[in-house]
Amino acid sequence: MLTTLLLVLPVVAALVLAIVPLPRDATAGLALLTALLEVGLWIVAATRYDFDAGGLQLGTSREWVESLGISYTVGFYGFSIWLVGATVVVFAAAIGYAMWTGRERPRAYYALMLFLSGAVVATFVAQDLLLFYIAFEAMLIPLYVLVGVWGGPRRLSATLTLVIYTMAGSLLMLASVVAFGVTQGTFSLVDSGTSDNVWIFLGFAIAFAVKAPLFPLHGWLPLAYREAPVEVAAVLSAVVSKTAVYGFLRICLPKFPEPSDDLAGLVLVLAAAGLVYASLLAFRAPDLRGVVAYSSMAQMGLITLGVFAFDDLGLSGAVLQSVAHALVSASMFLLVGMVELRCGTGELASLGGMARRRPVLATVVLIAGMIALAVPGSATFAGEFLILAGVYDQGWGYSAVVALGIVLAAMYMLRVISAILHVKPGPAVREEAPDLRGAELGLVIPLILVLLGLSLWPALVSESSVSGEAADVVLEALR
Amino acid sequence: MIDTPSVDWLALSPTLALLAGAAIALLAAVLVPDWMKKAITAAASLAGFAVAAVLSGVVFDQSPTPEVLLQGTLARDQLAALAQLVIAVTGAAVVLVSWFERERQGSGEYYALLAVAGAGMAFFVSAEDLMTLFLGLEWFSLCLYILVAVDRERETSLEAGLKYLIVGGFGSAVLLFGSALVYGATGELSFGAIASAQTQDDAFLLAGLAMILAGLAFKVSAAPFHMWTPDVYQGSPTSVTAFMSAATKTAAFVAMLRLLVTAFPEQSDVWTIAVAVLAAISLVWGNLAALAQRNLKRLLAYSSISHAGFMLMAVAANSEFGGEALLYYLVPYSAMSVGAFGVVAARERELGKAATLESLAGLGWERPYYGIALWTFMLGMAGFPLTGGMFGKLFVLSAAYDAGDWWLVILGVVATAVSLAYYLNVVRWLYMRSGAGLRLAPAGGSPPRDTALGVAVAACVVVTVGSFFFVQPILDAAADAASSLPF
Repeated sequence: MLTTLLLVLPVVAALVLAIVPLPRDATAGLALLTALLEVGLWIVAATRYDFDAGGLQLGTSREWVESLGISYTVGFYGFSIWLVGATVVVFAAAIGYAMWTGRERPRAYYALMLFLSGAVVATFVAQDLLLFYIAFEAMLIPLYVLVGVWGGPRRLSATLTLVIYTMAGSLLMLASVVAFGVTQGTFSLVDSGTSDNVWIFLGFAIAFAVKAPLFPLHGWLPLAYREAPVEVAAVLSAVVSKTAVYGFLRICLPKFPEPSDDLAGLVLVLAAAGLVYASLLAFRAPDLRGVVAYSSMAQMGLITLGVFAFDDLGLSGAVLQSVAHALVSASMFLLVGMVELRCGTGELASLGGMARRRPVLATVVLIAGMIALAVPGSATFAGEFLILAGVYDQGWGYSAVVALGIVLAAMYMLRVISAILHVKPGPAVREEAPDLRGAELGLVIPLILVLLGLSLWPALVSESSVSGEAADVVLEALR
Repeated sequence: MIDTPSVDWLALSPTLALLAGAAIALLAAVLVPDWMKKAITAAASLAGFAVAAVLSGVVFDQSPTPEVLLQGTLARDQLAALAQLVIAVTGAAVVLVSWFERERQGSGEYYALLAVAGAGMAFFVSAEDLMTLFLGLEWFSLCLYILVAVDRERETSLEAGLKYLIVGGFGSAVLLFGSALVYGATGELSFGAIASAQTQDDAFLLAGLAMILAGLAFKVSAAPFHMWTPDVYQGSPTSVTAFMSAATKTAAFVAMLRLLVTAFPEQSDVWTIAVAVLAAISLVWGNLAALAQRNLKRLLAYSSISHAGFMLMAVAANSEFGGEALLYYLVPYSAMSVGAFGVVAARERELGKAATLESLAGLGWERPYYGIALWTFMLGMAGFPLTGGMFGKLFVLSAAYDAGDWWLVILGVVATAVSLAYYLNVVRWLYMRSGAGLRLAPAGGSPPRDTALGVAVAACVVVTVGSFFFVQPILDAAADAASSLPF
């Protein structure tokens, strides 16, 4: 019931916003209230979930199409709890940011944002293959319009590439869903057995690789992240990309143990190559969003390395890193938005020297940047270290690449921090550009506080996500 | 005392109700004063469709086991009843769409013809022998020839009427010739008797089968027998296009399924391949050609060809599940099709010219209601979740996969990917292009209020979305209907 409420509440709120003509502020207020209620509901769910027992909990199941074995089945595993947690927090921050900057056509905007949040949550709790597919597809509808209507000047080509890539992936997945469901006689992820069909596995894997995105299927990323409204880019990189992680964890590994094992080498090599390649691109990117976008892609490569390490360490590292990266990337994108608002551009060449007379901005950017570059002691460091240790068994070379990735992360993050804050004031930085306002702090500080909390106690996530029964679900099939 | 055959009036009641509606409309066209002529004729035909819908529901309920009536010429079963229900509801929606259409001469005849065409389709779907099949086909086709050309002062309408007459007449002739060959080979007209005639390798029979299939393929507008579709869809009055795209397809597909499964089970290894090939060509051609269209009605016409491809996939599966998939598919498809043409009609009336992609610019923001409706229909046709279109595609693909046509599954998936380009292009014009520069609407004033059309579009949205959430009841009905065929 609680799980259903978590995914239905934002959808219902979206319908209300779309139908009832509320004034501007009331619309935004209602949207933010819904997002905060979601956070509250998630806290209730997290406290009710028995992490010691693990396994599928807080589940609901109802027949939908009996003859085909399609059902509405939702529920939480340990790792879904944490992924949903990141989702609701990031959406609350993103909607708050939109409220603060103000968006035209607010009713449509907030309705779509809330609908998107419902779809993301549904993806993370779906325990039926078809329900998962529906939620996965449903994310694209609001994203398409959010980027296409409220995006930057090149938004139309951004939506086009986004849709072509993701739909190509999704439709491959549809073929796989049909093939898997029909051969198994049920679409339930709980009841269905395993399959050793490489083609079906590939359909899923490619869809997730596009969504993540993994090298070399990342063609949609630069335009989409640059042209989307900044809070939509935050949501996209922070949580929408994590649906791919969930897909790997919940579908690819447990349902296709043999193909996963056979193709692990290929995935690992691509993920490692993507990690290095994206890090280099981030280092070379001429603008703020480019850096954050490519760093996000690098992190997804890293997380995939953890997933395909096939052991407790790698998997829990991957989940921890997913949660930490969601929060880091959301804060980075929101900060990018705040800088862009002040300077009117994100070109690194025109920025600089913003630390002078803006101590709060400098502090916040520095902290977020430090966590993003995985300074030892941070949650991201813990995640990356777990992945590094986990993937060692698959080959020491992968660990070396992860280590290289950490070094490269330091390089590009420090470059961007100094390009914003230090060096000479750039032409776009006006003297009177203000420091961070209270409202902006209200958005970023909670995210950073959560990150600092996670840095103090990363085991909260890593030891309670893919361990116990949940680990069995993923790993048992592989052994 | 002469023995009169006992007539099952209930089985015929949907057809008779529509004929009665048409008769009242025709009488009213003569007897009623001009100012209320349109309202009364429209109401009569609406009532005819509504009563037919209710009666076909009753027949569905009362016919758990299929029966053959009138010396094996007509079937009374749940398949026919379900198809009649879909046709009747579609017809009612079309009457609503055309309610506030521009005054035309002879609106009484227009509504009467609509009801008679509906009656012909209701008869056609229950045809159980080659004679009644041809009779039903001609019955509704003749009405449609006139309906297409009903806007006499518009050249495109006349041109469309002529094209449809010639191509449609050719299609009917092919079907008739095929029937003659089949009769020659088996000496039987009734489907069941043809099946039991045991002449499987007869060249005449196979040639006849091929020609009948081609004749029906004209009606479902499957490529390569689709050439008339874009021109006729574009030229007809939009409400007639809506009726043809939904009701004609439903009728022709149900008749095709019944004919192939009942009369030619022995030849199934031949016709499944033929139908699969037709499906493949329709998918490829419909989707590629739709990419190039600027005119909305042409775009929807090519999209309907690609939908025909999907439905043919279900027929080609030659299984009970395939039948279910086809019948399920028809429900959201009819709703989306009528709804989309309804929105096109609304835009045409507002702007006073043919609706192109450009004329949609900004519609989503100016007329949020029609915008969201058209958005829903486009996503539904593309097979997005939260619309019945997704389950339709899923069932059809599953049926094809079950039948071993994995290459059709892949083709269907690729076709869907291509179709997104033009469906989402419509959405893009709705929301992401500004109409400010195009000066579309005549300055000043809002469009005329058109409640009937609004209601019809709303009903279509409800069916489109409702068939997603309430799959099981529709699928149950489709399963009952499919089980009346001897798979």
